[in-house]
Amino acid sequence: MPKRIDPDTETVTFTFEGQIIRARPGDTVASALAASGIRHLRDSAVSGEPRGIFCMMGACFDCLVEVNGQPNRQACMTPVSQDLAVSRQRGGVEVKI
Amino acid sequence: MTQLKDVVIIGAGPAGMACAVEAASKGLSTVVLDENPQPGGQIYRAIESATENRLRVLGQDYARGRELASEFRQANGVDYRPGSTVWNIGPDRLVEFSRDGKSSAIRAGHLVVATGAIERPCPLPGWTLPGVTTAGALQILLKTSGITYEGAVLTGSGPLLWLLAAQMVDAGSPPKAIVETVPRERLFRTLPELIAALGAREYLLKGMSMIRKVKRSGVRIHLGAEDIAIEGSGAVSAIRFRSKGTEHRIATDTVALHQGVVPNQQVTRLLGCRHFWDDNQKCFRPELSEDRETSCAHVYVAGDGGGIEGAKSAEMQGRLVGLAIAEKEGRGTGPRITELRLALKREARVRPFLEKLYTPSRQILHPDDATVICRCEEVTAGSVRETVAQGAPGPNQVKSFLRTGMGPCQGRICGLVVTSVISESSGKSPDDVDYYRIRPPLKPLPLAELADYSADMPDSRDPA
Repeated sequence: MPKRIDPDTETVTFTFEGQIIRARPGDTVASALAASGIRHLRDSAVSGEPRGIFCMMGACFDCLVEVNGQPNRQACMTPVSQDLAVSRQRGGVEVKI
Repeated sequence: MTQLKDVVIIGAGPAGMACAVEAASKGLSTVVLDENPQPGGQIYRAIESATENRLRVLGQDYARGRELASEFRQANGVDYRPGSTVWNIGPDRLVEFSRDGKSSAIRAGHLVVATGAIERPCPLPGWTLPGVTTAGALQILLKTSGITYEGAVLTGSGPLLWLLAAQMVDAGSPPKAIVETVPRERLFRTLPELIAALGAREYLLKGMSMIRKVKRSGVRIHLGAEDIAIEGSGAVSAIRFRSKGTEHRIATDTVALHQGVVPNQQVTRLLGCRHFWDDNQKCFRPELSEDRETSCAHVYVAGDGGGIEGAKSAEMQGRLVGLAIAEKEGRGTGPRITELRLALKREARVRPFLEKLYTPSRQILHPDDATVICRCEEVTAGSVRETVAQGAPGPNQVKSFLRTGMGPCQGRICGLVVTSVISESSGKSPDDVDYYRIRPPLKPLPLAELADYSADMPDSRDPA
């Protein structure tokens, strides 16, 4: 179970799959979701199995989410900001023409 | 016109920061490109915004990063551009990067690759389940966000495993268990290296005190673990393994894996620098001269990207490269280069011991047929072996057949395992098997951004 070691200073909120997530300054989308106990960030494009954070440093690309409608964003490299709309990435990305 | 700078450094960890400070102090125009919003790299991640509480938990070796970060911030003539993702390096060191959704380019007189290390891949049954991360990931959560986990199980081997465990103890959430994979007899076999390491005994003492702290806090410790498997449906629910002939199963929702760190080869491979297999570190390293120049002229590597030597060495190597470049540009540097070389030799005395003691477990170097080794494309070790048996001679052919290394991580996670599996099945040395060919873009970027880009466009935030 995740736990914060610093006193409560939440100042930023954003949504994940429509649910309101409270975040702190310095958080990335991935760390704020981790602190909220959300572990399933995307479905594998191959088997559809759930995936979550793995390396937290931009190398593994397992935390890909959609941010404000843009797919393939690394949650661990995306700083939180007020009112971001984040959603799970389901499978592969369709090219919209 | 594309800007030309004397020195372009990729990465603002200890090596990149120290290199920038030295190069700029000799009057060279110096740019630092780094993906993160703050300097520090992974080792000093979020060092400038760490709360007192986090500094206490993370310890003195982390806190000392503050001095270097402040030296870096105060250095005159360093053009530091955080939030920059380098996606290509073209001919004549044209560095192309994305920042704030816009791409631009800088030409580097000298290019310094200070992109550090990544965690060694640890393929185990169940390692793709949510709730399984690298040990480094848990430490990054602690550094950037003050997040720790209760009831976690840490498994594998290496100094970081014990450091993280000790930090979690200080954070008030000791791990539920440590499942270490070092075979019992190995400590005796490392006696000669241990004696040599006495020359750098501060590391040994630190290691012992970390282990003592973890043991005293009552953490369950299992040594010599084999046949590790992670269980769960939709997320982790338990870890299973054998230790001292007994089967164990520990229920947990958080498992952190670690088997040491390895150089991040993406940039040096993209550039076509020559690499060699280091059988002690079980990884590829770029060939480097005494000044840490690669086989590509004017391209240098500072820090763990050139081979794993730790944060203090990375800082010294950064200074060394900055001064070596200044020397080439005809600026006097005095005796410091020689002093740094000596200090680096002293610092390296602990490495052979650590490398031998913490040689990665056989299970992750040569995973079972059923284990997924390419996480992105979900390719098993068994399919790689079959493809080799059908005649695929190396990683690039296996990639064409199976898509290993073609997913979003571009082979960062599976690369070394794929080489190691091919080497084992074909009987060829890792040097002969070689590695993936790395191509641009190093990180994906939106097509619209690429369409808007030309190499002549200045970075929108360039200082006027």
